[in-house]
Amino acid sequence: MLLVVPSSLLTLVYSMFHNQPGRFDHIGLTLLAVFPFLTMFLITSVSMLRERTSGTLERLFTLPIGKLDLIVGYATAFSGAAILQAGIAGLVAYQLLGLDTAGSPALVVIIALSTAILGVACGLLCSAFARTEFQAVQFLPVVVLPQLLLCGLFVPIDGMATWLGHVADVLPLTHAVSALDAVGSSSDPTAAMWQDLGIVLAFAVGALAAGAATLRRRAA
Amino acid sequence: MPPRPNQCSQLSGDDYAESGRRAPAVQIDDVVVEKGRVRILDGISFTIPAGSITGLLGPSGSGKTTLMRTIVGVQAVRSGTVNVLGRTAGSAALRSSVGYVTQAPSVYGDLTVRENANYFATVLGRGRAEAERAIADVNLTHEADRLVGRMSGGQRSRASLACALLAKPELLVLDEPTVGQDPVLRRELWSQFRALADAGTTVLVSSHVMDEAARCDRLLLVRDGALLAEGTPAALCAAARTNDFEDVFLRLIDAADQKAAA
Repeated sequence: MLLVVPSSLLTLVYSMFHNQPGRFDHIGLTLLAVFPFLTMFLITSVSMLRERTSGTLERLFTLPIGKLDLIVGYATAFSGAAILQAGIAGLVAYQLLGLDTAGSPALVVIIALSTAILGVACGLLCSAFARTEFQAVQFLPVVVLPQLLLCGLFVPIDGMATWLGHVADVLPLTHAVSALDAVGSSSDPTAAMWQDLGIVLAFAVGALAAGAATLRRRAA
Repeated sequence: MPPRPNQCSQLSGDDYAESGRRAPAVQIDDVVVEKGRVRILDGISFTIPAGSITGLLGPSGSGKTTLMRTIVGVQAVRSGTVNVLGRTAGSAALRSSVGYVTQAPSVYGDLTVRENANYFATVLGRGRAEAERAIADVNLTHEADRLVGRMSGGQRSRASLACALLAKPELLVLDEPTVGQDPVLRRELWSQFRALADAGTTVLVSSHVMDEAARCDRLLLVRDGALLAEGTPAALCAAARTNDFEDVFLRLIDAADQKAAA
């Protein structure tokens, strides 16, 4: 499901814009960054929460295992799934749906991967503030939806109220989308694109560090 | 009339006296633990001799689990010292020599018994052979390929126990390991704890089944975060002037209440 759903949704979106050629190049491209973020956020927050509530996290902490082992292990495992997911979605978008970008598809996959890692990091962090899976899922509208609305998928950021534009500028997903737009419009990677990608990864590292801080061997 | 299983007359303190020669496995001194404003452990002190089975008894909410968490080093302590196998509780060096089985089975429900055992064996740097042996030790060999989440409560807690046994720890801390197990299996588990203790492992078991108290070398009776009584089962029976463990427990509690009221 993890692998097939994004591709199917992309196909759905492609059909939605059937009579507006050109639009899919923008929206399809943007979704390539959004899906990994969304799915990885959900999967990580729920599975990390299960570690916390089932007692397995506490057990792991009584064993010779480092916090970093745990976080890097989770991030690697889920990023592996994310690479596959982004790869399949990219393949479907480029080969079957005729997605067209000026820049290299490899860059698109790299950016998609960065949003996947961002999703893992945010999910890990949010799992600390939830007690049940039910609460964890509720972080989706809090953390993910605003980013989705403001990232430039629905309306260009230039067209938003000025203050909202500033809000959008500090959200990591906005930078991922802007990096993708850069790949879409210029054949060589631009400096702005690398900067955007750097910002996304910096957010991911920050969230991972904050998430690591919520993992305590000794609980009160 | 045949002797009831929880009668003190069957017991002797010999095993314990013998194990008393080694340095204590656990040494707890004036430990205070607070959760929010509630004081869970109220300046508790005791030692656990190495190579013995120590039973931790007390009513629910008395702080048994918190005490065990303190010993394995996952509980933040407000004051006092906790010394385990010669080191401060929770030291990195202790992590491969202390095994902990939580009350709720802490295994992955969406993995099979074997996958769980192999996973924890990998974390501990042990091999598959150890994992298989631990599964056999808890009588789950025939169920090894079933998903833990689909098993009964008793089977699940045995799977959890297997994941701790495979570490061959020096100190094994078990939080109510026999809850939900049938009498036959309980007897098997206890003979296994005994075998482990004979081989030099220190076992700390919490329980509220009184006939299990008789199987311990030594008992710690805890109430309201403080130590109410400690000693061999025989000694506690003598102190409470009764032959029945159910009574020992109640009489000691009553005696403490009268003391407090006086």
